[in-house]
Formats: sequence, structure tokens, C-alpha cells
Amino acid sequence: MSLSMYKEQILELYKNPNNFGELNNFTHEYHEFNQICGDEIIVQLIIENEKVKDIKFNGAGCAISVASASLITDYVKNKDIKEISKLNIEDIKKLLGIEISPGRVKCATLALETIKRAINKEN
Amino acid sequence: MYQNRNILKGNILTIVKYKMPNQNIDSLIQDIRKDFPILKTGVIYFDNAATSQRPKPVIESLKEFMENENANINRSVHTLSEKAMLHFNESRKIIADFINAEENEIVFTKNATEAFNLLAYTIKEIIPKGKDEIILSEMEHHSNLVPWQEFAKRYNFKLKFIKITKDFELDIEDYKTKLSDKTAIVSITHISNVLGTINPVKEIVELAKKHNVITIIDASQSAPNLKINVKNLDCDFLIFSCHKVLGPTGVGTLYGKYELLKKLPPFNFGGGMIKSVTFEKAEYLDPPEKFEAGTQNIGEVIASAEAIKYLNKIGIKNVEEISSYLYNYAVENLKKIENIEIYNPGKGKSVDIISFNLKGIHCHDVASILNEDKIAIRAGHHCAMPLMKVLKVNGVCRVSFSVFNTREEIDHLIISLKKCQEVFNK
Repeated sequence: MSLSMYKEQILELYKNPNNFGELNNFTHEYHEFNQICGDEIIVQLIIENEKVKDIKFNGAGCAISVASASLITDYVKNKDIKEISKLNIEDIKKLLGIEISPGRVKCATLALETIKRAINKEN
Repeated sequence: MYQNRNILKGNILTIVKYKMPNQNIDSLIQDIRKDFPILKTGVIYFDNAATSQRPKPVIESLKEFMENENANINRSVHTLSEKAMLHFNESRKIIADFINAEENEIVFTKNATEAFNLLAYTIKEIIPKGKDEIILSEMEHHSNLVPWQEFAKRYNFKLKFIKITKDFELDIEDYKTKLSDKTAIVSITHISNVLGTINPVKEIVELAKKHNVITIIDASQSAPNLKINVKNLDCDFLIFSCHKVLGPTGVGTLYGKYELLKKLPPFNFGGGMIKSVTFEKAEYLDPPEKFEAGTQNIGEVIASAEAIKYLNKIGIKNVEEISSYLYNYAVENLKKIENIEIYNPGKGKSVDIISFNLKGIHCHDVASILNEDKIAIRAGHHCAMPLMKVLKVNGVCRVSFSVFNTREEIDHLIISLKKCQEVFNK
């Protein structure tokens, strides 16, 4: 059985994602939809001195999008927002440790793209 | 064919009927499979409601046209052009016969969506004064929704939606309360692309006629599955896409009663639809050419007619028989899976389109895991986002069969679905 995308780590993060929930005192927020399936994700951040102090995400999603959101929200903590703006699918693949089939790239990058939009949006 | 078979559990006859393979149908399917080259890739293709696969005569027809017939039509008197034009016109006749329409009542568009847009952009001219409501249903594809939303904005019309019952059927009583002399258009899908539900379109049209309402049927999912007879349905317009009926992409079909097509203004303007032009003004051809501006998808139209000929050769009765054979087998076996939610009205009320979710597993994860077993299904909102809201889900998994699918393939589907549950419930 070659369930290449569904490694244990991915399934574990899907069931118990990190940084899942809401922030009361966020400075940046963005709602986004996955255009393939219509799933909604909400990302909230506290940004101080151009750095991500805290981050949470909320919404429903597939295993790939939830695991990616969990990993990327961990990764961007304490990172400079300029650095975050340079991240792309290759970085997500490294974090996930799997190959992503072309049809699922949007799921894997949904959280990252939403984070970027939250940062660029005037709040 | 899709007669209601609500027989009590435990009835031995029912079990025999559904559990035992039918050798005649199985061997017919095996013969049909030889005509679909794509099956050699090993794919188990259950996404026929999105687009069907093409049999050899369709593929050969495209090649033959490009190698031996390619020329523009309606413009030249050279042999190639004359040959192409004859073939194009014959194809229109074959497609017209397929739904029992007249040749000049068939307009080619690029797909079903464009056919809906053609109507939404021209139909205002034939709506009597005082009417300002359009009735759709909660189970429409975006292609029979969004063009009307834009129409409603443009002309200040109201949209009303027929509700769906808890059994995934249209609520006809709700339709009756919404229908009135204010209704201008009723535009309804014959078969839901998500629920598989066969809607009582003949009754819907009959009721509408009492209020002098224009009726439009979306036959995108019924054309591949059922015999369609526009004269019997008595609808004003009917739309389907040839790529869902074993044909190539790029050909949509709009049927319209000739006197109505005559009254509609053209949709696109330019070459191919002109009687005469001066610098100041132009006169247009009669339907259907009036609506076919610019060079058509000539080779694809001809290949679409080949697809219809292929279906006719199998026989629509056999097509219906295979559809119900596969549906019954699939639905019986899907029901046995634990923690599955099926969104389908049941035997006798649905064609072989079945949507479901495995509880706790996202539909895209299910589709990805099935894909690893070479099983192609569709997952997501299926261009019916408002329907997803009604069903209270973000998306669903959908399997949709065709004449080349087998019971063995359905067995593989069931095994793979159980595998999904094992992976996620570890």
C-alpha cells in the first residue's frame, strides 16, 4: 500500500494540530477560502516590531491543509515578516516531508497564503 | 427501467436480483470496454459526470477530419469545404434526432455554460411585461444559477429556489407555492449532478405552462443516462454538453423551440451569422446559424455526432440498463460501509451518480487515497456551493459511472474506501 501523502506525522497533526484556535488581541487577521473545495480558514497574528509574536488558525480542512497549517504556524513564530513573504510551496514540502500531487498544492499552501494576506492587509 | 423497487428487507428475490451478476450485462460491458483506449492506462474512472471518456469511433473521427476533411464551412465552394459542410449538417441532424428535435432547433455553443449565458443574455426580449421572477432549485449547478443572478441584477428580477426534501428530492409542493403569473422563467436541472436525483421535469413544465412561463431544462446529466424527448417534455429550451455524452470537449447543445429561437436576438455578432451587411447595419441569418457567430468547432461537432451514433449502437435501453445495474450494486455496497453518509434519493429515483462522505475524513483526502489506487472520483463542491450549504457540508465525494464501468471496479472502490478509514482511524 503506497499511501505516500498520508504519513503518520500528517495524520497526527490533522487530529491534533498546533496553534489551532483564536487570539483575543490579534493585530492582523484574514479569512480565506480554498477555491478547490470551499473550505474556510481564518488566520490571526500578533505582529510586533515586524516579527510574528503569536499566531493561531481556525476552520475546517483536509488532512493536508490542516497539517500544513499546523507546521507553518509553528515555523513562522518569531520570524521576520519579510522572511515570511519569501516562503513558498517548496518550504511547505520540506516541512511536511512529502511530495504533494499537483491537485493538492492549493491545500498545502492555503495557510501560508492566508498568513501572507493577513500580513499585507491593512488592519 | 428506473421503476421503484422498494421491496422489504429479507425478500429473497430482491437479494438475487441485486447480488447476482447479470452475465448478459457483464459481457456487454466487457465488449464496450474494448472501445475505450484510455482504460488501458489501468484507471478506474468514476468521474463521468464531470466528463465522460471517448470511444474509438470518436477519436478516429477527430483524426479523420483533421487528416482528410479539414476546411471552413459555409464559405467556400471547393470540395473540402463542401465535404466538411455536409458532414457538419448531418451531425446536427444526428444530435437533433437524439433528443427528438428538428435540425434547425439545435444551436451549437462551446459548452452548456455558454448555452445558459446565451439564454440569459437574450431571453429578456421574449418575457411578457409584468413578469419579474425566475424559479430555479436548490440543486442547480453554478452554470444554471450564476447567469441568472447576473440577469436578476441587470433587470431587477427576483430569484426563487425550489427546496429539497430530506430525501434529496425536489419539493414539488414548494414549487407550486412559488409559481405564479409573476414567474417569467423556470430553469431546472433534469438530474442533479450531485444527488443523482431525477426530477419530474415533465410535471414541472406542465405546471409552468399554466402561468405562461418559459421553461428551460438542464439535461447535462440526463443526456448521458436517459432517453430525452423534447417534444414529449414540451420544454421551451433544453441544454446539454457533448463531452458528457462520450463526445469531445468544446461542443454544447442548446435546443429551443423554433418559433422562440426566431424571436430571440443574436448572442454574438460577426462572421457566420450574417445575411447581408452594409457599413451602417446588418441582417442576420435564421436560427440556428443566427446564434453561431464565428468559425465553429467543426471537427468536434462531427465527432460529437459519432459519440451519439455510438450510444445509439449500444442502444439507449442498454445504456439505461447498465446504469441501473451499476447504481444498484454500488449503492447496496456503499450502504454497508460503517460511518458513511450517502446523499442520494435511492433506487428508482436516481441515476448512477452517488455522493457520500466518510465521517471524519475530508472528501479530498478520500479522493487522494483512492487516487493512489488508480480510482478517479470527484471531491469538493461540484460547482453547487449553495447545495453544499443545504446539505450542511463543505464538500462531498462523488462517483459517477458510464457504460464501460464494471462491478469489479466497484468492488475495488469499496475496498479502497475501507482502506481510507483504516488509515485515518489508526
